[in-house]
Amino acid sequence: MPKIKSIARSPHIDMTPMVDLFSLLLTFFILTATFRPVDPAKLTIPNSVSEKIAPDNDIMTIFISPDKKIFFNFDNGKDTSRHFRAELIKAMGEQYKISFTPKEIKEFSKKSAFGMPIAYMKQWLSIEDQKEADKLQVGIPTDSIDNQFAWWLNKARFVNSQAQVAIKADGNVPYPVVKKVLDLIQKNGINKFNFVTTYDKQEVGIKDIPKQ
Amino acid sequence: MGEVVQEEKAQKGAKKRPKKHPGRIDMTPMVDLMCLLLTFFILTAAFSKPKIMTITMPEKDPNAPAPKIDARRTLNILLTDSDRVYYYVGAIEPGKPQPQIVKSNFSKDGIRKVLLLKNKDLFTKISEFNEKRVKGKIHVSDAAAEDFIKSLKKDDNVGPIILIKADEGARYKDIVSIVDEMAITNIASYAIVDLSKAEKDLLKAQPR
Repeated sequence: MPKIKSIARSPHIDMTPMVDLFSLLLTFFILTATFRPVDPAKLTIPNSVSEKIAPDNDIMTIFISPDKKIFFNFDNGKDTSRHFRAELIKAMGEQYKISFTPKEIKEFSKKSAFGMPIAYMKQWLSIEDQKEADKLQVGIPTDSIDNQFAWWLNKARFVNSQAQVAIKADGNVPYPVVKKVLDLIQKNGINKFNFVTTYDKQEVGIKDIPKQ
Repeated sequence: MGEVVQEEKAQKGAKKRPKKHPGRIDMTPMVDLMCLLLTFFILTAAFSKPKIMTITMPEKDPNAPAPKIDARRTLNILLTDSDRVYYYVGAIEPGKPQPQIVKSNFSKDGIRKVLLLKNKDLFTKISEFNEKRVKGKIHVSDAAAEDFIKSLKKDDNVGPIILIKADEGARYKDIVSIVDEMAITNIASYAIVDLSKAEKDLLKAQPR
């Protein structure tokens, strides 16, 4: 019997289905990816064992930078048609007798964290250049004569009573600065708040209890 | 994954002509690139979410009388500059001998050991429960487990009551670290409160 000759073929795999699948997954991930908004200042966040993930909506974030500047962020809510940010700026405008044009209100809705005296707000909203706009971010005043930060908190609470409070502060911020912010939050009737931290696993078990 | 291209020998005598073959593109580099991008997007999607640590503060009411707490259960933790930690048991009362103040630190063998020892009963209970869950001896949902641990903490009436007090020198990360220790050692009751005058003096008297 003649030998059956095995035909030497190059090992070739058809990659088309693989490419198809990958393209699909890639498109999905690119589309669902939400880019994290840039923090208004460079912050070194302390560690904790908490694995709780910060909610995307209904949260007001207070940033405290290493140079003790205070920034504030507030989201539009889960149902973005509520336009919480627009309501907030309108409420603040009423408080400080500043009338914002519809264009400015729209611009404010689109932006994220901010930290400047309310008097600079109009200018900040009109500036196109990012670098120039950042120069205006000198921190929200918290002094007792004109405590604008307290008003922001108050109005934000009024606009969205469901909003949680998160504090994102640099680890090296002195405690009195944080305490001042915490006291102001508590004055607005919020006794539960969140510290934004980075996850750091710690293994502690029964065996770690020291013997007496 | 590279394809080995084998040259087919042109048969002798046959006329050399361009061989007809279906236009095939080597997709390997494309797959490589896609793999890379995909991994990147999956990883960034999973890790970009910031984590939060929730803390509930006691309600501030200047008219309300200070809550009575059992001095024997109280452990005061004092935080001050350069990450120094001190603790003492009980309360400072005028006319009584001052409690012993002990220096500690944020390391594994520092304040954590003290807290674990103080909170032995509750910590053991919670750890045993968690271990059983991990080993699959009990099947409960995450929410139910959380509720169970919460009820354990609520029923605890022998464990320590921690009062966290920070002075002007302390930094934000000290507060986060100590609250984190509370979470690690499963302390049922703790609060961040203000320093008293006596404690301020006590801290000042401590050598660096």
